[in-house]
Amino acid sequence: MNRKIRTTFISLAAATALALAGCGAYDEGRAADQASSSDAATALVANETWVKAVDSGMTGAFGTIKNPTSQDITVTGASSPVSKTAELHETVMGTDGSMKMQAKQGGFTVPAHGELVLEPGAGHIMLMGLTKPVVAGEEIALELEMDNGRTLSFTAQAKDFSGANESYADIDGADMDHGSMDHGTESDAPAEHK
Amino acid sequence: MTREAPQEDHDNPPQPGTSDPAKPRRRGLARRHLILGGGAAGLGALAGAATLLPGRASDGGAPPSDMAAGQAGEPHGTGTVPFFGARQAGIDTDAQAHGNFVALELRPELPRERVGALLRLLTDDAARLTQGLGALADTEAELAASPARLTVTFGFGPGLVDLVDPAQRPPWLMPLPAFGIDRLRPEFSGGDLLLQICSDDPLTVAHAQRMLLKDARSFATVKWVQQGFRRAYGTERPGTTMRNLFGQVDGTSNPVPSSEGHEEVVWGAGSHPAWVENGTSLVIRRIEMNLDTWDELDRSGRDASVGRRMDNGAPLTGTDEFDEPDFQVLNTVGFPAIEDFSHMRRARPEDPSQRIFRRAYNYDGAPAAGQISGSGLIFASYQSDVARQFTPIQQRLDELDMLNQWTVPIGSAVFAIPPGCEEGGFIGEHLFA
Repeated sequence: MNRKIRTTFISLAAATALALAGCGAYDEGRAADQASSSDAATALVANETWVKAVDSGMTGAFGTIKNPTSQDITVTGASSPVSKTAELHETVMGTDGSMKMQAKQGGFTVPAHGELVLEPGAGHIMLMGLTKPVVAGEEIALELEMDNGRTLSFTAQAKDFSGANESYADIDGADMDHGSMDHGTESDAPAEHK
Repeated sequence: MTREAPQEDHDNPPQPGTSDPAKPRRRGLARRHLILGGGAAGLGALAGAATLLPGRASDGGAPPSDMAAGQAGEPHGTGTVPFFGARQAGIDTDAQAHGNFVALELRPELPRERVGALLRLLTDDAARLTQGLGALADTEAELAASPARLTVTFGFGPGLVDLVDPAQRPPWLMPLPAFGIDRLRPEFSGGDLLLQICSDDPLTVAHAQRMLLKDARSFATVKWVQQGFRRAYGTERPGTTMRNLFGQVDGTSNPVPSSEGHEEVVWGAGSHPAWVENGTSLVIRRIEMNLDTWDELDRSGRDASVGRRMDNGAPLTGTDEFDEPDFQVLNTVGFPAIEDFSHMRRARPEDPSQRIFRRAYNYDGAPAAGQISGSGLIFASYQSDVARQFTPIQQRLDELDMLNQWTVPIGSAVFAIPPGCEEGGFIGEHLFA
């Protein structure tokens, strides 16, 4: 898993075949639509974006952030109208050998002419304190803040997804997972209530 | 190529009298392209190998255009059929080797707008998967990399159209009239939303079905799945009429996409339009075929039951599969050479508007306890108007058809096929307009 994270976040030029498989012409068109609301000068492009559907609590957002410019750009923060807060998270191996999520210190740097792959089991955007259920098929609005002061706005399709269940390393109530797939159970309290 | 060589010899034993020294090499080339080539070069070689494959020698083997989608020298699994367009793919597409038909039932109390969300999700999945890309959140995206002409075709049952916009429901969108021969089972009948998933590769079909059902699970439950097959890709020349598990050449007079009449039969015409422009309808009948009693019938009886020769599909009044049958010809004892009770005589309409386009698949399930066969036909029929085109034929066959002795319809479903969509749109969007 460590090797996977390194592949995803450091050695981006050698992005996995899985990531490349999503870069067809169809996706380019979709990405252009999604990025159209942001200033072209920021130049980051989001595509393949999706969010895990959950009833309440918290969830993860995933996708590929491309940087076609010749300068590194660091994503420093995130926000969404469906959650009270949003954080940039990474997944690392805990002292007990299991994979844990934790806030990514300093944010995610998207290298010049590279890309950042946000995926289950690796880096992702954590939406915490959901103000409403995230229902499959919905388009969820997201915004990323960058170190150059600009923002990137896009939408992500909510999808039913059984994975992305890593627990937290450094949050009170460390057993808390991403939202459960058990629709109808309302026991998940928002993160700040735990 | 050492793995291929013995297979080659087995499939194509040297023909007596053919001592052309160039032949082995040419055969090897053709064979390689059959396996590796979906592109123009491969198809050229395929056409040159006419004598090596069973099928219609007179047809020239003109391939459907979408088969050329693969790159020359690439495996045919790279072949794609465009998803976006005025009409949905998978109807005029030359039938792929494998077809799964999946009927979903919308969850009770599902709000109208959630149907739109479902169709958007499934449209996005289908658009990506058919082009060889993983769907969003696809945990096995590698399985999508070889589409092998994958198509996903959506059909709407009465329940879905009524929920979204009852005013747009075509009058024929309802269960077919009850027929005396029917022994319908609920597990093969009805449904609110149909997914017709076809590809030349069964692994691709399975992955696409899995992905689509994962995204449908919040909205709908699976009502039934029917898995069908034809000859594998490359086994026969393109355009060869399929055989069913009775051994019959099945669909000789079918108005295939390249034929005159196909356009009007499937997509309607000015005087009798389809329910929506670039839409059509699909009837799926699951026909159980009793191979055990069929075994009791000798070859002449089998020929007579259909009115065609079992060996090449020719009408009993002709010699070639595509000869027109002559119903006036009498046999030596004065009976019609093609019997009045034969399947072909009964199915053939006097009214030329009663024509349908069949895109059938065989099925071969596990035998029931104590039996040795569980075979049949997934009879998938496209026509612009079910009541005008399909139902009269089925009524005639219900009244009299020699084949009814060995066949039993055990499933039946009717779906309205909506138009295709452009990128950014979704299948069924016109219902929400």
